[in-house]
Amino acid sequence: MSLAFSVGESAQIRADFPILARTVRDEKPLVYLDSGATSQKPRVVLDAEREFYTQHNAAVHRGAHQLAEEATEAFEDARATIAAFLGGNSDEIVFTKNGTEAINLIAYAVSNAAFPGAVDGADLAAAARLSVGPGDEIVVTEMEHHANLVPWQELARRTGATLKWIAIDEEGRLGAPESAISDRTKILAITHVSNVVGTRNDLAPYVAAAKANNAIVVVDACQSVPHLDVTDLTVADSGIDFVIFTGHKVLGPSGIGVLWGRTELLAAMPPFLTGGSMIEVVKMEGSTYAPPPQRFEAGVPVAAQAVGLAAAVRYLQGWGMDRVHAHDEALTAYALEQMATRPWLKVLGPRDAAERVGSVAFVVEGVHPHDVGQILDDDGIAVRTGHHCAWPLHRALGVPSSTRASFGIYTTTDEIDAMMASLDRVVEIFGVNS
Amino acid sequence: MDMYGELILEHSKRPVASGLRDGHAGEAYHVNTTCGDEVTVRVHLSQTAGADSVLAPGDVTLTDLSYDATGCSISMAATSMLAQEAIGESVADSLDVYRGVQAMLTSRGQDAGDVEEIGDAVALAGVSKYPARVKCALLGWSAYLDALARAGVDISSVKSSIKTP
Repeated sequence: MSLAFSVGESAQIRADFPILARTVRDEKPLVYLDSGATSQKPRVVLDAEREFYTQHNAAVHRGAHQLAEEATEAFEDARATIAAFLGGNSDEIVFTKNGTEAINLIAYAVSNAAFPGAVDGADLAAAARLSVGPGDEIVVTEMEHHANLVPWQELARRTGATLKWIAIDEEGRLGAPESAISDRTKILAITHVSNVVGTRNDLAPYVAAAKANNAIVVVDACQSVPHLDVTDLTVADSGIDFVIFTGHKVLGPSGIGVLWGRTELLAAMPPFLTGGSMIEVVKMEGSTYAPPPQRFEAGVPVAAQAVGLAAAVRYLQGWGMDRVHAHDEALTAYALEQMATRPWLKVLGPRDAAERVGSVAFVVEGVHPHDVGQILDDDGIAVRTGHHCAWPLHRALGVPSSTRASFGIYTTTDEIDAMMASLDRVVEIFGVNS
Repeated sequence: MDMYGELILEHSKRPVASGLRDGHAGEAYHVNTTCGDEVTVRVHLSQTAGADSVLAPGDVTLTDLSYDATGCSISMAATSMLAQEAIGESVADSLDVYRGVQAMLTSRGQDAGDVEEIGDAVALAGVSKYPARVKCALLGWSAYLDALARAGVDISSVKSSIKTP
């Protein structure tokens, strides 16, 4: 099996992640195949956060003392690093608490935009795009994580708009754009990569259909950012207006998410959360708000987390996103190949590794995923079991739940071998006929 | 691994009294939100509650317990064991079984369970070492207690402990 990293490099990578050295369940080596839920963190990320707290900690964008200056500089440097990683500019990057909050920020800004005087002097064309009401449609897909579904259901409920969705076929591929996108579409919210079936969606036709109606396009990149160069999403003519991802899945700390948005839309958006930091002038009668991104970062910002996330991004860039992606594709191909030799195992989603990113979800015939996960856990192997926050997707595929192995830069084929051996044991224990 | 003993596998593959039947006094549908496991439990009782009176558990016999479940082997087996222990007995006795099962499951491996008290459910003792799975083993039980309450049975003697961990 040829992987993107040499044996030596792979060992070096694994040594960068302290947690991978620990044992679980009676001294068994940890086989961590749950990076799609959350990634492990390299030492450089932990060190960056620690250094921020031990050397520079202060409330950013407040105070004129030296620590406040250093903290603010570290925070804004982190923003610039994330912006470059996404191919955008610093003023297009908003830090949130996580990916879910980033999506809610957009959904609430849209419904808040319906109120008169939401943002003084906003560009009228941009403001019109943010207006959603009865007769308008919001389009999502059946493969969305609940985080990119429920906020849109709620936006539809608040505004009287209608929620439509693009169905998936039995191999976990999206249906045609015109099945849901029409001249009534105001918002398209679509995932780049499925968090369950791993499908890497070809976004172009969906974005083009949405753009034909000048709809806002939101891309959930939580599962693609850890593995792919996503700068193509933010180029001027991509047609995409917002890209969101979460820090903890991309080797970064928990407690930080990222929203990238087009400048003119961010400028026309009223705030979601309000309070300190996001204001321009505050009077008892009312307040005016700071320009983006500060308008969307109410309260003392998540500075140490931003610094940690920037360190994570630099770590990935150090190895090269092209190699990170090649590594993931080789692991996926290897896992699919091994699974194909087990007739009692059914892979969900596309069978071609080139169509997938980051994970392989599957069902063991006649054995519930919780039971599969229990046996694997007993062997020190961590996988995700259940509906993975994508209940409608499982319903569409006709399974109540599944087992998912998901990968990171530190994952090896030895770990996939360990999982396969443990799966063979599942079949022995539960007496599945092969 | 030792958690999956023969009794669990046997009950999960051939669940006792499985299937929904008519003539029930109360029904409840419960779902485990972390995995999507579902169970619908119906209780069939020897007498019916009046419009504004509750039935004392000691005065009622559970003539049948019918159910439809999809879930892991632990939740399937636990519901089957519940049916085996409770059908044909006084509801008060089944509440005693519940107390025993619940105490064992939440004991973190300290309480092996008493076969005289809880029957085949002692095979679930290993589950108590895995906090994430305790919910699976109590799914059928929580639906059962809910169905009893809906049928007008006074379950206040166990109500404070219904909350699954």
